[in-house]
Amino acid sequence: MASFGVPIERENYLNKEYGISSWLLTTDHKRIALLYLLSITFFFFIGGFFALLIRLELLTPAGDLVQADTYNKLFTMHGQVMVFFFLIPAVPAVLGNFLIPIMIGAKDLAFPRINLLSWYLYAIGGLFMLYTILNGGADTGWTFYTPLSSQFSDSHVIAAALAIFIAGFSSILTGLNFIVTVHRMRAPGMTWSRLPLFVWANYATAIIQVLGTPVLAITLMLVALERIFGLGIFDPQRGGDPLLFQHLFWFYSHPAVYIMILPGMGAVSEIVTCFSRKRIFGYKFMALAVIAIAVLGFLVWAHHMFVAGISLYAAMVFSLLSYFVAVPSAIKVFNWTATMYKGSVSFETPMLYAFGFIGLFTMGGLTGLFLAALGLNVHVTDTYFVIAHFHYIMVGGMVMAYLGGMHFWWPKISGRMYPEFWGKLAAMIIFIGFNLTFFPQFVLGYMGMPRRYWQYSPEFQVLNVLSTAGATILAVGYVLPMVYFLWSMRYGKIADSNPWNAAGLEWTTSSPPTTFNFDETPLVTHEAYNYDELDEPKEVPVER
Amino acid sequence: MSGHIATKKLYVGVWIALMCLTVATAAASRIELGRFNVVLALLIATCKASLVALFFMGVKYVSDKMTIVVIVAGLFWLFILLSLSMTDYISRHWM
Amino acid sequence: MSLRRSLLSDSTTAVATHNPDLQHHFASMEQQQDASVMGMWVFLITEIMFFGGMFAGYMIYRYLYYPGFVEGSLHMDFWWGTINTVVLLCSSLTMAMAVRSAQTGQRKAIVGFLVVTIFFGLAFLGIKAVEYDGHWSEHQFPGHGFQLLDEYHQPSPYTSQAEVFFSFYWAMTGFHALHMVIGVGLVSWIAFHAWRGRYGPHYFTPVENVGLYWHFVDLVWIYLYPLLYLISNKHVSG
Repeated sequence: MASFGVPIERENYLNKEYGISSWLLTTDHKRIALLYLLSITFFFFIGGFFALLIRLELLTPAGDLVQADTYNKLFTMHGQVMVFFFLIPAVPAVLGNFLIPIMIGAKDLAFPRINLLSWYLYAIGGLFMLYTILNGGADTGWTFYTPLSSQFSDSHVIAAALAIFIAGFSSILTGLNFIVTVHRMRAPGMTWSRLPLFVWANYATAIIQVLGTPVLAITLMLVALERIFGLGIFDPQRGGDPLLFQHLFWFYSHPAVYIMILPGMGAVSEIVTCFSRKRIFGYKFMALAVIAIAVLGFLVWAHHMFVAGISLYAAMVFSLLSYFVAVPSAIKVFNWTATMYKGSVSFETPMLYAFGFIGLFTMGGLTGLFLAALGLNVHVTDTYFVIAHFHYIMVGGMVMAYLGGMHFWWPKISGRMYPEFWGKLAAMIIFIGFNLTFFPQFVLGYMGMPRRYWQYSPEFQVLNVLSTAGATILAVGYVLPMVYFLWSMRYGKIADSNPWNAAGLEWTTSSPPTTFNFDETPLVTHEAYNYDELDEPKEVPVER
Repeated sequence: MSGHIATKKLYVGVWIALMCLTVATAAASRIELGRFNVVLALLIATCKASLVALFFMGVKYVSDKMTIVVIVAGLFWLFILLSLSMTDYISRHWM
Repeated sequence: MSLRRSLLSDSTTAVATHNPDLQHHFASMEQQQDASVMGMWVFLITEIMFFGGMFAGYMIYRYLYYPGFVEGSLHMDFWWGTINTVVLLCSSLTMAMAVRSAQTGQRKAIVGFLVVTIFFGLAFLGIKAVEYDGHWSEHQFPGHGFQLLDEYHQPSPYTSQAEVFFSFYWAMTGFHALHMVIGVGLVSWIAFHAWRGRYGPHYFTPVENVGLYWHFVDLVWIYLYPLLYLISNKHVSG
């Protein structure tokens, strides 16, 4: 039970050592997770700042806030910062780093020093990104299409590419670490079929990070070389094919969206089971589904290129494959729902976010099917329909899952409870703000408003105003958890080791955990999500 | 590789095979075989690569199946990249 | 965690609990070694995909611009390329011998083989420098001023296609050379530690891992050689 009062503070990973070098030279996966938490939160607000400027400009049809070139830079920097410095690392590098060793019963990840290196690479990439921003940014769109990026743009393309290249290595090393950790560091009895789905999800994500990111790395390098040396491999005037860039870029960037969503799905599985007091429905299918998404996700990239000039036959192949990749995601949504059926559902803040995720991810995912249909794609591609589609998944899905996970595991990370009333309030504000921001964009896109345009036809204004209003509400919603999480570190209720009475090895450690997580290596004897045992009114031996 | 210790003779033998295959591929490139030239060249390169991987990198003696899975996954993913992107270029003029 | 039969000798496992190289988060040297080697293999497949992007581009453009690729390849120096291939294969032999010496605990042999490996690596880079210098002075660097002369010393009709070939030549061999430089650095680093007596049957994972990296860079060259140097024996007519 959580209690007020002055605790006798046991030694844990937070108070073990003080001083900045104990943080900057740490190899403790939990401290590294917090280093990431600080940095990705910083970049989230920078990316959000660009979003607000975009929405301000779009209040009126005329281009009156900024110039057209500046607008190009705004949406480029918004995309680059949000994708590469927030969405890709958020759940894996914060929650994954913190939880995966504990969830499998290990003392740390397989390679703690590489974990720290991974954060430093992220930070250095981040510094390059800040440099890019402060010097005026890039204007190519986060997608860097050639030959604008490789030849004609006079913005800071190389600096931005370098920032992302370096951050990409951070991502690769995190993925490498997770794969080896899950294979080699599991405690006795922790078989693959007993792993929490959060671990499965991050494992699948790690596969994508390891196999996809290097292709982005070489692609950005080739653009930089073309820009610096005038090579010509993407220059149509010299026989180069701009579509080659797009093939190579999307080979990574489509699976990248699964890097962003899969860990969130893992968090949702943990939350839904805990707040339904029930085992997950269809554990095997849930685990196989994340692997299927990771693999199938590599086979669909050219659906971003349907109108770019690829052959019709290739387009048909990629369209068909894109329908296949929707299936495992749908299976997950059905299984979460089935988990809740006849469960004892309660609506604490994490569960509110999980509900939000399931509904909004489903909407985003279904609209993906619209986009995968060749005929319909011609009408809605490069319009606000696409923008709404991916924001439903990224913001309505992933950010909600991230916040849900942060609230769920906050007692474990900080040893404190967040204030439940404010948690629920923020979740509601975010849900309302989100839908008001992005639902109008589906309509706008279908009506024909193009994306990346700084001025638009007057008949689109009402919906744009609604969208901007929503964005303001959303911003308020996002600021609230920042404030109360910080507040809770000093004034929040002290949490005991398992305030949610949840299943999982992390809840057997103290809140916060000690530096090495476990006094003794745990021995796992039961399946994941053993809520039926946990809720039995008999004494259950708990591994301490 | 960690457990098994190969003999010096084995390594030298592999090296000799690699030298022979290098001579073979250099010589084969001098013969005009049309489309088959590149197939033969890649075949020989793959033989050389296999020798390096199996013996010098110890894949033949590796005790742990995961190593094989990792290698096969890497090669398969490369295959996905090469083959699916080629579907576009090969079929562009079919219309 | 499944129990796998250890292939290590008894002396290794006996030393495990007192092995100063055992990191605190691992339960045994075997676990640490397995994790470390697995980590290197996972890293190597990221390198497969990194080079893979360039191989994909190469394949596509060779399909589209075969005559230009033939022309470009004919301007490669067949002998330097072949010698370099031999040099790298020799370096893989000495690298494998170095790892073997670590497994059998022969300190001087480890250092000796590693030094020879470095020598071969530097020889490769030296030859590449000679080749690059040659191509550069012949204006065979893509971009403004690129020039490609055919067998009659006239600008080739396939010049612009060959320019694409040369883009890939410079990019692919350039990144390969960069990996060689890093490799030479890594081998030097472990050669130093080997000389200090750091490695033996009880602990040689860094030698093994650097070896894996080195062989991988050799593997890339095994494919680059025929794809860049051996495309065809004669010019495309017409």
